[in-house]
Amino acid sequence: MLVLSGLLVVVLGFAFRLNPLLVVTCAGIVTGLAGGLGLVKTLSTLGHAFTESRYVAIVWLVLPVIGLLERAGLKERARDVVMRMQGATTGRVLLAYLALRQATAALGLVSLGGHPQMVRPLIAPMAEGAAERDIADLDDATRHSIRAHAAAVDNIGVFFGEDIFIAIGSILLIKGVMEQAGIRVLPTELAVWAIPTAIAAFVIHGARLLLFDRRLRARRSLAP
Amino acid sequence: MITLEFLYRLMGILTGATAVINLRDAANPNRIWNAAFWGLWSVSFLFGTYLPDLASGALILGMVAVATIRGVRSPGAESTTITERVASARRWGNRLFLPALAVPIITLLANATIGHIRIGGVALVEPKQVTLVSLGIATLLSLAIGMLMLRPPLRAPFTEARRLLDAVGWAAMLPQLLAALGAVFAAAGVGKVVSTLAASWIPSGAPLLSVIAYTVGMALLTMLMGNAFAAFPVMTLGIGLPILMTSMHGDPTIIAAIGMLSGFCGTLMTPMAANFNLVPVALLDLPDRYAVIRAQVPTALLLLMVNTALIYFLAFPR
Repeated sequence: MLVLSGLLVVVLGFAFRLNPLLVVTCAGIVTGLAGGLGLVKTLSTLGHAFTESRYVAIVWLVLPVIGLLERAGLKERARDVVMRMQGATTGRVLLAYLALRQATAALGLVSLGGHPQMVRPLIAPMAEGAAERDIADLDDATRHSIRAHAAAVDNIGVFFGEDIFIAIGSILLIKGVMEQAGIRVLPTELAVWAIPTAIAAFVIHGARLLLFDRRLRARRSLAP
Repeated sequence: MITLEFLYRLMGILTGATAVINLRDAANPNRIWNAAFWGLWSVSFLFGTYLPDLASGALILGMVAVATIRGVRSPGAESTTITERVASARRWGNRLFLPALAVPIITLLANATIGHIRIGGVALVEPKQVTLVSLGIATLLSLAIGMLMLRPPLRAPFTEARRLLDAVGWAAMLPQLLAALGAVFAAAGVGKVVSTLAASWIPSGAPLLSVIAYTVGMALLTMLMGNAFAAFPVMTLGIGLPILMTSMHGDPTIIAAIGMLSGFCGTLMTPMAANFNLVPVALLDLPDRYAVIRAQVPTALLLLMVNTALIYFLAFPR
């Protein structure tokens, strides 16, 4: 029971909005101590796991090329393209990206997306650009909410698309866990049963995006 | 053979350069602290494989101390003015998208090919790491395309990467630290304790309650642990298998597949899934740390209900 104290640290730390790095480190140390590892062993375990997890940070290798393109006006170009598109609204731009992200993830192409390489330089400026065309003086709160939605679409698209692909990590994990329990499940059938939720995700989030558009329009008509 | 070590060298160079550029930036009052943060991370990338584990632990403490006490602050300066960027955007037009789209396309091409290349009977790339190495190669080649096309100063990739890394700040390191926390949880047996608890708190009788216990349990445990992969074995072996599959004769394929997706609903609602929910907040310069989670919660809750209904209506013999 005592080893659960690390989880408690996590919940309290995030609830009180402490620096997440501090929260996570404390949770690790508390868990290790509660598990009877002692301070030195705990710190070593954390250090070892940190070193072994360096691969998680490899996504940042994309920053030099993204920064280079931003310097040359990539965001401005993305915004411009959308502003010239007839009928492009924030909600529709994001809906199109949701469809694209889900469809490509379902084919196993999960690397066609992501926040550093797609959302920051392309999708968020496009969604903002579409709103800027309709609303002359876009306030910061609206801008931030558009950006948050752009990031959310990337997550929802990949989460509820990737499981339709049979060789993705989660399908293989399900198969492994079930096999250990003596039950054989087929990746193809698991993938088929990911389809109903994928459709529901597209319908639910798509509807929310179109409602978001309506809220943006309402804001415009309020403006003098 | 190309292994992850190659990518760690690249990351070490990137974070090291960020530290040096910060250190030399007299205009940034926080320069020493920024440099310390990126410098310590760089040491971990370059020498982590050879350092004693305790030293790596000390590196973490150093970085966390800097981030907590002083923070990593972006000087906020763009390297080009908005007028210059608009002019450049007009000049290059849609060609600007080319190097950006080259990253995923080259990743996919490399992923499909480099695993098969053998030189003198030895694989060119470590077989288990083909995907990550492909991403690394793609970022290098796309950068080369961008450099040849735009012909910026040679140090531009570093100064631009530094601008972005400073903007993301300490959040850049959070996903890696969370992965480490997951390993500590596993070593201390957190999963086992939770599954014992889950098994001892079994909702008896009502089938709908049992299904809810499984789907909502998956989401909640995922929120605590930060990813559905850690929650899945615990909840499925604790509730899914003994109750839904064995005593209620539910279809294992449907229950397991939708159970995992219920966990994903939890991922959308937790700051513990930092790479999905907190890193974009930093990347998009949002003032509210939980802005992305807020945008996702309604969808996540509705989908969790849908998942519960799907299992309840489809997984059991009628």
